[in-house]
Parts: sequence; C-alpha cells; structure tokens
Amino acid sequence: MLENSIGPVPLQAYLIVAAFLFCTGVWGLINSRNAVRVLMSIELMLNAVNINLMSFSSYIDGSIIRGQVFSIFVITVAAAEAAVGLAILLSLYRNRVTIDMESFNLLKW
Amino acid sequence: MNIAYSTELICFLILSSVIISGSLAVVLLENIVYSAFLLGGVFMAVAGLYLLLNASFVAAAQVLVYVGAVNVLILFAIMLVNKKEKLKPIEGLKTRKLISGGVCGGLLILLLRVSITTNWNLPGPTSIGEEATERIGEHLFTDYLLPFELASILLLMAMIGAIVLARRDVSIPKDDINDFNNQKSLSDKKIPLLSENSLK
Repeated sequence: MLENSIGPVPLQAYLIVAAFLFCTGVWGLINSRNAVRVLMSIELMLNAVNINLMSFSSYIDGSIIRGQVFSIFVITVAAAEAAVGLAILLSLYRNRVTIDMESFNLLKW
Repeated sequence: MNIAYSTELICFLILSSVIISGSLAVVLLENIVYSAFLLGGVFMAVAGLYLLLNASFVAAAQVLVYVGAVNVLILFAIMLVNKKEKLKPIEGLKTRKLISGGVCGGLLILLLRVSITTNWNLPGPTSIGEEATERIGEHLFTDYLLPFELASILLLMAMIGAIVLARRDVSIPKDDINDFNNQKSLSDKKIPLLSENSLK
C-alpha cells in the first residue's frame, strides 16, 4: 500500500550520507601515513560518488536509470585502480622497504 | 505511517549509521587490518542502500567487485607489506590535521547546504523497479556500447599493468653479467614470466 513510489526517505538524506562519506575519504586521503589506508580512502570517495549517482537515478531519472549504468562504470574503474595502485605499492615497498607516505618524496622538492 | 514505510526508514537509518561510523573508523583506527575489515562492512552497507534504491543488479555488482575483489586485494596487500615500523615523527602534523579537518568540514557544510537548499525536480518519473537489470543491459548494448568496450580494454590494461608492476625481478647470477663473451647470449635469453617448473 504505497501511496507514491518515493517512500519515506527523502533524496536529501542519501545526499547527506554521501557527503559525509566523501569528506571522511578526503580527510583520510590527506592525513594517512600508511599507503594502504590512502587507497582505502580513495575507495570510500568513489563509493560516495556512487551513492549520489544511484540516488539521483532512482529519484529523478527513475525510468531511464542512466545513473545506474554510470555507477557500473565507476565500479569497473575503481577495480582497475585498486589493482594498479596496489601493484605500485608493492613495487614501492620492494624498493624502499617502507610504506610511510612521508618517505615517498623523491619528486617533491 | 504503515509498516513498509517504517521498515524502509529503519533500514535506511541503520545502514547510514553503519556507513558513517564505519568510514570514520576506517580512517581513524590505528590497526590497519581492522580498517580493512571495516571497509568491507562499509561496502556491504552501501550495497544495502542500493537495494533500498531498487537497484538489485548494482547492489550485486557492488558486493561482488568491492567486497569480493577490492577488499580481498587490499587485505592481501596489507599482509604482504605489514611490517611494524616506527613512523618518524614529523613536525606540524597536528596543525596539518587540524587545517585539513577544517577544510573537509567546510566542504561538508558546503555539500550539505547545496543538497538541502536546492529545489530538486521531485517527484520524477515513476521508478521502473525490478526491470532495472533489463534496462541496464539495454543501455550497455545500445547507447553505452563504446564505454562498455573501452571498459573491457581498461580492465585488460589494468591486469597486465598490475602483473608487470608487481612481478618480482628475476636475479641474474653475477658471473653471468661479468662474462663479456656471454653478453650477447644474455640479452637473447629473455627472462620468462613464469619459471620453467611452474609450466610443468
């Protein structure tokens, strides 16, 4: 017995959750000293973007759902990014024997 | 408020609190193994949100790709590089954390303000619900065909790149390198990707 198809949760609630997730990811990306945690923060940010895409596609674009297709592509790119990022991390670890982000400053100054 | 409404509301509240507290714990916890497992929990909760949004296919893809592949990959990387190391203290770390916290808080306030004050075009067209999977298939094979094929090439490139980057370099014996007569044959002798024993 649904009166309308939208339900009790407003669109803004999803956007607020995604905003929290994105800002947490940004903070972790800046402040983590462990390189694996940096990759995890990037995944959090990608998930926040996906939540936004999915909620817009469900609430505003409900009949064509282009947002769902976009989030599938984002998931694909995230998988590729995780694989390459962790491979880079492994070869860095072999060369430097550390995963402290502060010690990867060869190109910094 | 009937029972479907309240169930959906309670599910949303539980999932969003899991997402927010889990992501904070991922960023803030000291032990990175706990962070990785909590990251899996956050991914599962995001998949639950997708189910609330009538997107069962994307929820399944989220569980398969993120929890099944990315999270396991991150755990493997942690196990491969997990060395207890004393991080050198660097000066100004506290101020850096505070300043970046302020920047992220400002970004959060900006995002909240935009999402609340914008007059969204609601309600949109009625959701197609369970037909979403068929519609995604139609999209992927008609108007999004080129990005779909490019995604396959991207995945192939990522796979080969990851193998090349993470491959352990095969060491060559020293007297082989110093032997100048042997130099030519050394360059001819391509180092195989797989060792001889693994092929048998």
